[in-house]
Parts: sequence; structure tokens; C-alpha cells
Amino acid sequence: MADLHIDFAGIKSKNPFWLASGPPTNTGYQVQRAFDAGWGGAVWKTLGDPVINVTSRFSGLNYGGQRVAGFNNIELITDRPLEVNLREIRETKRAYPDHAIIASLMVEPKQEKWHEIVKRVEDVGVDGLELNFGCPHGMAERRMGSASGQVPDLVEKQTYWTKEAAETPVIVKLTPNITDITATADAAVQGGADAISMINTINSLMGVDLDTWNTFPNIAGKGTHGGYSGPAVKPIALSMVAECATQPDIQVPISGIGGIENWQDAVEFMLMGASNVQVCTAAMHHGFRIVEDMIDGLTNYLDEKGLNSAMDLVGQSVSKYKKWGDLDLNHKRVARINQDYCIHCNKCHISCEDAAHQCIEFYTESDGTRALKVREEDCVGCNLCSIVCPADGAIEMIEQPSDVSMTWNERQRLISVFGG
Amino acid sequence: MDSAATHAWKIFDEVKPDMKPKEVMEEANRCLFCYDAPCMKACPTHIDVPLFIKKITTGNMKGSARIIMEANPVAATCARVCPTEELCEGACVLNDASLPIMIGDLQRHTMNWAMKNNPQLFEAGEQNGKRVAVIGAGPAGLSSARELARYGYQVTVFEKQAEAGGLDTYGIVPFRLPKHVALWEVEQIKKLGVSIQTNTEVGKDVSIQAVLDGFDAVILAIGMAHVPPLGIPGEELDGVFDAIQLIERVKSGHVTDRFSGKKAVVIGAGNTAIDAATCLKRLGAARVQIVYRRSEKEMTAYPFEYRFAKEEGIEFRWQTQPKRIEGDENGNVTSVVCAPIMLGEKDASGRRRPIEIDNAPFAINADIVVKAIGQMRDIPLIEAFDLAHDHGVVAVDPLTYQTSNPKVYAAGDVIFGNGKGEAMVVAAAEQGKKTAQAIHEQLLSKI
Repeated sequence: MADLHIDFAGIKSKNPFWLASGPPTNTGYQVQRAFDAGWGGAVWKTLGDPVINVTSRFSGLNYGGQRVAGFNNIELITDRPLEVNLREIRETKRAYPDHAIIASLMVEPKQEKWHEIVKRVEDVGVDGLELNFGCPHGMAERRMGSASGQVPDLVEKQTYWTKEAAETPVIVKLTPNITDITATADAAVQGGADAISMINTINSLMGVDLDTWNTFPNIAGKGTHGGYSGPAVKPIALSMVAECATQPDIQVPISGIGGIENWQDAVEFMLMGASNVQVCTAAMHHGFRIVEDMIDGLTNYLDEKGLNSAMDLVGQSVSKYKKWGDLDLNHKRVARINQDYCIHCNKCHISCEDAAHQCIEFYTESDGTRALKVREEDCVGCNLCSIVCPADGAIEMIEQPSDVSMTWNERQRLISVFGG
Repeated sequence: MDSAATHAWKIFDEVKPDMKPKEVMEEANRCLFCYDAPCMKACPTHIDVPLFIKKITTGNMKGSARIIMEANPVAATCARVCPTEELCEGACVLNDASLPIMIGDLQRHTMNWAMKNNPQLFEAGEQNGKRVAVIGAGPAGLSSARELARYGYQVTVFEKQAEAGGLDTYGIVPFRLPKHVALWEVEQIKKLGVSIQTNTEVGKDVSIQAVLDGFDAVILAIGMAHVPPLGIPGEELDGVFDAIQLIERVKSGHVTDRFSGKKAVVIGAGNTAIDAATCLKRLGAARVQIVYRRSEKEMTAYPFEYRFAKEEGIEFRWQTQPKRIEGDENGNVTSVVCAPIMLGEKDASGRRRPIEIDNAPFAINADIVVKAIGQMRDIPLIEAFDLAHDHGVVAVDPLTYQTSNPKVYAAGDVIFGNGKGEAMVVAAAEQGKKTAQAIHEQLLSKI
């Protein structure tokens, strides 16, 4: 059976599944329940100077009758006294020595503040530190969280201050609310970070109540922007992980966060360069027990793939992720409809007709029934039909024989050498 | 109402519960929103099914109701009585992939919303000065009246019964179609300014000539009449009933203990026979047997009706031909004497011909006999209008719905004959719509 143990920048964990800093890791009680359920590690809800929270705090995005396609929160860092958190961390670490506990930290961008808190949390036995440069709401208005995480200089400086005092590995958690995440990732590395984690939540306004015209979530008739998470953000998170993983200057391990709710999501992040993953929204939606299938599913997947260790997955897809200019312009694929599986909903036809290249047409079979076929010479292989098709196997994208590979960059080089 | 009466009414509540709100949203969201959807084509009135379901998911219930009723003026009824597994749901593309969308139940949900909220969905058209008489306020008549009112015609509907709705109001058992549903549909049509004159029989209370002279066009939508005689001895005995009349009385609130504890035989195996049989069961009959001269394969009841009857404990005796009804000295029914049947070659209707086995008659004990062997046609009225017909089936031009008298159109069961479509409420509604369109096309040039 495959080994799920990971070594993340020196932090050992019996599996790659950590709870991300957030409401599920608010207390020792919760973290201990999570460890009992099987989570390999937990990033404790962000510690810092005590705050006051508001009610309400969360809202969910429903899609097609499904709950929590996306999730938004305006909860701040821990609102419990630091001493209480530290005591519970110590107790939890003592009771669960084989589980990783990472302290998430957020203080004002001052050297002495970072030195002080690092010392206090390391005293209670944490396995690592995660610097919260990410939360977009509330704390940002006090120049913390994403407000400092959006300024590469501040990221570098605060990481440096932390490293001055830290004895355990330092992970810098990055905000996605920035044009180029590699800029702040690089700043973290320059500051001496041992690892980076991403993404924190995304700026969002969840919705507006059609009856009251209040925004969601609503606090006495007022609302504010919150951090967006859940399945809907996964592609954004995955892209940011990939951007950092493909960056040669960024050689530190990456902890993948954002919309992960099962082992399949986790494998994708690991293939794209993450050495472990963190989960929050899915645990808020379903409880800690989801980790059972994450562990079981990942084990079975690794066994099926003939891999001995979860670490063998890390970064396997990175070399496949390129700039657009490196894609083969001569590659061809076309859609083909398999009549044995087609259920005749005609969704491919109308999508192609209205929004693609008008090449899926009706024809009449010999028995008089109407069916659809692709006019392959006009098909650009865009995938739209196969994406909207609700019947598995009904539309296949077929690779076509094509000329020698030629990318845009190669083409431009040739033109510059030989002329257009 | 005392408790016995309350109980009596309770047993006539709708059998099938409404969908729960969560069920509705789950089911509506499951709809694929097909393009050129087969469900829409399979519906005789061509309701834009994907669109009305999409509107449920967006909370646009008024829009959902409008889409449905635009196509079908008696859609609340159809949501309850349509053989959906043979129509829209039977055509759903999900049949093979998983389970078909419960279109009928979703339509019922939207129509329940409409009945509760009474939105103004349609308006009468600008008056064009033309007058149309509709004879019969059943689904075909109502449907044509609604469409004509929207085109701007002044419409008068003549109905011999005390209430409008026809079969929907009187002929379908209340536990499948409560009367208030049909009457709500009547109200919607009245709101468009259609005048419905009930208790008014054309040919008696109003002369045929007055109708022909007083209107620019006439629609004959008189449906069908009572069950024909069996033509066997004993039919006059006390305890022999007409299925249509039986259902009519129950639907009008006449809950009787006349059938309590009785042994009943229902003759025929169509939808009306099943309605009568299940009705008798609810009225307390101890045993109800349906007697049919052909087999299960040939019966005309819909599969869902047949399933329902079996669930209700109705017994079926196939290939059994009633020969005579026997009674006691007081003239009360005591038994039905039947002959066994074997099935021969296919006849003109495509069904195997029943052949009686002469020498093996047997008796079924019965206190009650209900005839449900089809419906008669109002040939005297058809002939009084001097219309061409075949055994009471009025001949119409299939495109214009015009009869042999170009001023008179016909729609609904009155034009339903062997091999000419199905006698369904939804088909009648469509014919009503088409007849209205045809009249509009004919009279447009004269406006």
C-alpha cells in the first residue's frame, strides 16, 4: 500500500491533508476532533491581537440547486485570547505528537511584533508557522492580511523579521487579490520563506437580496466584501499554484489551498506542484469526516498508478503547463458523436450553432429518426459540445493526424530569421 | 359536516400528493433544458416544457404559468390527467440515461401556484366585432373560447350542465382531478370576457337557428354522451348503473352509502371503467371486478390507470363476455352471467376479435353492475345542425376544422373516431386552439 507520509519543508505529516487556518481550527476541541478523524495536520486559526467579530459572517453560493458551490466569509482572525489559544495548542500537540500543528500568524507590520508572537507560539511546540498575508476582509483595513500581502516589499520584510526569530519552518500564505502572484511569492522567497501556501480567499460580494436589497451576508442592513472560497475557486487556486511551480526562481515547497474537497482535487494540486493541500470550506460544509475518503481514495489511486509514495505525485504535470506561445499550432482534434450513447438532447447543436462554429447538424437516419453529426472539416476542436453534453461517451474529441509541430514562438522565430 | 361525511369526502381527496418544494427544485434542476426538446413535441399542445421548468428554477413562477397556459388553457387539469408516460415524460431524453423528468408533477406545481396566486396571464384582444358561439364548455370548447377571446372575438359558450368544464368538471373522478381545478380554469376564461351560459342546451333552451343566425361562426364541442345500452337481458334491473352518470354524481358531491359492502361488476376496461371501479371501492364496495371480453393487452386504459386500479384492489376478469344480468323477485341485481371468450384474428380496430365459447357460461355474484363500454354520441343534435357525420363522429376538414357547413366548426371528442387520434383532454385542448386559429384565419379577411 502506498505511503501517504509527506515532508513539507521539514514538517512531517502522516498524510498530505491539512486543515487550513479558519473556523474549523478555531479551538483545541475542533483540531483534536479533526486529528481523530484522520487529518494529518492543522493550521490553527490565525493568532494575533484579539479582535471583535460581527454576526452574521458567512454566505453560500448555490448553483443548480446545489449548496455551496462557492462560500464567502467576513470572519476575522481568532477572537479568543492568545493565552487560551496557546494553552490549547500545547495540550493538543502533547496529545497528538504525530500530527502537524502550524500556527497561522497575523500582526502589524512591525519587527518587534513578529519577533514577539513567533517566540510565544514556538514556546508551546508548534511544528511550523504560516504568515497570513492573505485575508482580504476586515484586517486589510488595518493594514494587515492582504493589505500587506499585496505589497512585495512588505511580504519580504515581514518574512525576514519572522525568520530572524523563528526556529521552525516559515510558510508564507499568499493572497490571490493581486495581478501577479509570482511577484509576492518571489518576495517571500527573498525574505527567506521555507515554503509558500496559496491561495487565501478572493475578494467577493456574494449577492444581493432581491426583496430587501441588502447584501449578503447582512449585518444590520449593511454588508462588506468578504473572502471567497469553495469549489468555485479551485481553478483560480490551481492556476496560481501552477504559476509559482513553473517559476524557476521559486524553489520552495508549495501548500495548495482553494476549493479542495476530495482526493481528486488534492491529486491535481500535487501534480501541479503542491507538496500538500489544505482544506477549509469542504470541512465547513460536510465536517471533518470527509478526510476518510481523501485518504482512502488517494491510497487506492497511488496503488493503481503503481506509485509508492504520495510525494511521487508532486510536480508531475508542471512541465506540461506552458505559455500559450509554446502550444502546437498544427495540432488538430475534432468532435465526433457516438450515436450509441447520444440521448438527443441537442445541447451540442445549439451550443455549436449559437456560440461556436456552426458545425453540428441534424440529419435523418435510414429509419427516419433525426440525429446529429459533426461536419468535421469545419470543427475547430474547441470542446464546447463535449463540455455541454450530459451523456458520458456521446461526444469524443478525436485526435487528427497533423503536420510537424509548430508553436507560435517557433513560427515567430522562423519569420524573424527567414522573413514573413 | 359530521365526521362520517368528512370521512366520506376525505376518501375523495387527490390520491397523488403535491411535490414538496425541495423535490420541485431538485427535479427542475435535473432538467437538461434540451434544445428542440422531444417532450415539447410529444405534448399535443406543444408546451415549451424546458422553458417552464427553467422558470421554476429561477423563481419566475408567473412566467412558468404563462408558458404552460399559453399552450394549454386547461393545463391544471392536464397536469393531473395526462398520460404523461406516453407523452412528454415518455419522450424525455433522460429515459435511457437515468429517469425521465417528472414533467406532469412540475406542471402541477406551477399550476398550483397559479391557482393560489391568480396572476393575470392573458388579456382579451381588442374587440374585432365578430361573434362566435361555442356549444359545450368542455376542454375543447373552453380552449377555443380562450383563444378567440384573445384574438378579439366576442365569445358565447352554451353549456347544458349547471357548471362549465365538461368532462373535467363532471367526468373524471375527484381523487384524480378535484372539481375546483376545472372550475378555476373556467374562471380564467371568463376573465377574458367570455360569456358562459350554463343550464342552456342548444336545441332546447336556444334554437339552432338562433345560434346559426346570431353568430359569425359556431364551434360544436359537445363531446360525447352517456354509456350505450349493453343490449343484454336484465339491463333494466335495480343496481345497474351508467359509469359516466355514477362519476358525475360523485363529482357533484353525492356521496352515498348505496354501494357500501356491495359486490360490484364493472363492464369494460377503459379509463372510465377504472374510474368507476376505483370510485365504487372508495364508496365502500366490498369487491369490485372489472369484466372485459378481450385481454389485458387490448384494454384501452392507460398503464398508470391500470396500475392504480390494481393498487386499489380492483380485480380483473379478462376474456369474459356478459350475457345477461339476473335479478331477484324484487328486481334487484343478483348476478351477471358470462361466457368465456377466446381471441381470434385481428379485426378492423387492430385488436384480436373475441370469439365466444358457447357452452361454458358461468355466473358472477353481484349486487351492482356498472356499464362502461364507451360513450354514445349526440346524433340528434348533430343532425339537427345538418352536419355530415359517421356514426356520430362529425366530419371535419383536418386543416380548418370546418364541418360540412362552413360556418360550423367542430373540435374535441365529437370529432374523435376510430383511428383519428386519442380522446384525451390535452388533445381536445389542442383542437380547440387550432379551431380558434382556423376561424381567425377564415374571418380575418372579413374584419
